[in-house]
Amino acid sequence: MTVLTGYVGFARALRQAGVGCGPERVQAYVGAVGLVDPGSRDDLYWAGRLTLCGEPDDLPRYDAAFEAWFGGEPPRRARHRKLRATQLAALNGGESQDGRGGRLATAAGDTEVLRHKDIAGLTPAEKAHLRELIATLEPVPPKRRALRARKARSGQLDPRRTLRAMLASGGEPVRPRYRRKGTRPRKVVLLVDVSGSMSPYADALLRFAHVVARAMPTEVCTLGTRLTRVSRQLKHRDAEFALLSATRAVPDYEGGTRLGETIKVFLDRWGQRGVARRAVVVVFSDGWERGDTALLGEQLARLRRLAHAVIWVNPHAGKDGYAPTQSGIIAALPHVDRLLAGHSLDTLRHLLKEINRA
Amino acid sequence: MTPDELAAELDRVGYLPDAGVTTAAFLALKMHRPLFCEGEPGTGKTSLALALAQALSLPLIRLQCHEGIDASQALYDWDFPRQLLHLRAMEAAGSTLDPDTAEASLYTRRFLLARPLLRALEESPCVLLVDEVDRADDEFEAFLLEVLDSNTVTIPELGEIRALVPPIVILTSNRTREVHDALKRRCLYHWLEHPDLSREVEIIQRRQPGVTEHLATQIATAVGKLRDLDLLKPPGVAESLDWAGALLALGRTELDAETAATTLGAVLKYREDATRALASGVLG
Repeated sequence: MTVLTGYVGFARALRQAGVGCGPERVQAYVGAVGLVDPGSRDDLYWAGRLTLCGEPDDLPRYDAAFEAWFGGEPPRRARHRKLRATQLAALNGGESQDGRGGRLATAAGDTEVLRHKDIAGLTPAEKAHLRELIATLEPVPPKRRALRARKARSGQLDPRRTLRAMLASGGEPVRPRYRRKGTRPRKVVLLVDVSGSMSPYADALLRFAHVVARAMPTEVCTLGTRLTRVSRQLKHRDAEFALLSATRAVPDYEGGTRLGETIKVFLDRWGQRGVARRAVVVVFSDGWERGDTALLGEQLARLRRLAHAVIWVNPHAGKDGYAPTQSGIIAALPHVDRLLAGHSLDTLRHLLKEINRA
Repeated sequence: MTPDELAAELDRVGYLPDAGVTTAAFLALKMHRPLFCEGEPGTGKTSLALALAQALSLPLIRLQCHEGIDASQALYDWDFPRQLLHLRAMEAAGSTLDPDTAEASLYTRRFLLARPLLRALEESPCVLLVDEVDRADDEFEAFLLEVLDSNTVTIPELGEIRALVPPIVILTSNRTREVHDALKRRCLYHWLEHPDLSREVEIIQRRQPGVTEHLATQIATAVGKLRDLDLLKPPGVAESLDWAGALLALGRTELDAETAATTLGAVLKYREDATRALASGVLG
């Protein structure tokens, strides 16, 4: 095995660990190794980290892979933040929840009936049909005014274009040109609770999140005992692949719920910086909070201050006789703009309209 | 230039680099790749570009990105009012040039307003700092990538302007938005972190010369403890330096609890953070 094969092998091992490094990055890595002193561990470590990693989540995976491949400790222990959302070891096994192998005969369920049925009570055949129906949803992004002005036939005066037109006519006044600010899609953030109490809905909600992520700029995170950001996995065009990689990335399916703490982590790491600013935030949860409900209330207040609108989707809200009595929901309700149901396809469609109108 | 020499040069101008920053700057120079710096606010992303320009004695050209920035603000623009005046002046002087020559005289270099990206190509070798590229939008990223890839700009009326020596490009981002992978792949990626205690003490002493080592150690220890607390905005090196400056201005030589409480505004910028810091007893 030549030295070059060794480096390329390291890059492949890194790719398996979940760091997205394509052929361009590997070439850059090999070039960088050629320029530094390959005998020095430090230099080798930094040459790889600078070329193969692309975001801060990649750094701990890189450290672990470096340790495993080249042996010994990596020269620099990066100071990790308190809650490490994704783990290298989560990538072993983890088939998606409904086993996909084999044919599923579509039962004689009427599409109309299926749309209103509660997702938790579906048979596997109906679930397969539901998947297809979810894939046909067409989300329309909510809009906001842009800051960039484009040329238009009416609106504000555009001095540059008017002067340019005057140039063509030798400095004589011409019909004035105008510009107008257009609209841009507003960011959407989806926070999906994947704890035990939400497990019948988790698959459908993640597929819904995938459809939304394909249509507009979206961030998707799962909440459970910890927060996992799955936006990158759900960007993949193929729904099955996207769901599989998202499922693999989440280590705490069907665990407990610590909504307050996980939302706090989301706000500290991403929300505060700008991911949640002026965005439409949708929280999918039934509000069963195991942690401190006062914390949940505080974090929801903070989220409401940052975001444009906060929508809470509760699978139980659509059922007859539902009244919000859990302490989690009670703590969160004052800071929520809309409380919607989320138990069937029809309610998800309604949710899309609400997101658009927010 | 070897990495050690580069580190010595950066040290000479007052920026104390660690192994990661030195290797990053060295590879960026040798491989002619842009350097994409991300990190917590206040960790020295912008000051790295300033220090690199000073250390290598190159001019620094800064492009501050914001939402809605476009080619006319980043690349070049024509000075229309001046062109109009030139036209009027030619008319008034009774010029007898034929129309084609007259038109050609309008589109010369003197009527071109070169914005930062074009200036960087023309004044190369230089250091180009593209600050807060995450605030710009996708269209700007695509067009920035094109300029960085080819190091040329084609102006339809003038022709192609190519950089003889590609500029050293440093991009910074605060992660308010995910920058596209196409741009990141083209660059070397470096995540800057807060320095450890001894390095921070050195930095404080170097940048605020009136501070004694004892006071600098106290400041660095206190800021280190504040970073471990769960704050909305953990203080960075910039905040440590501000704090040191504030203490110097007040003539204090000792960081006790009372002094810390009165000067806390130099370090923590959120009310919740200030209450939490005082409640935790970290400041004595």
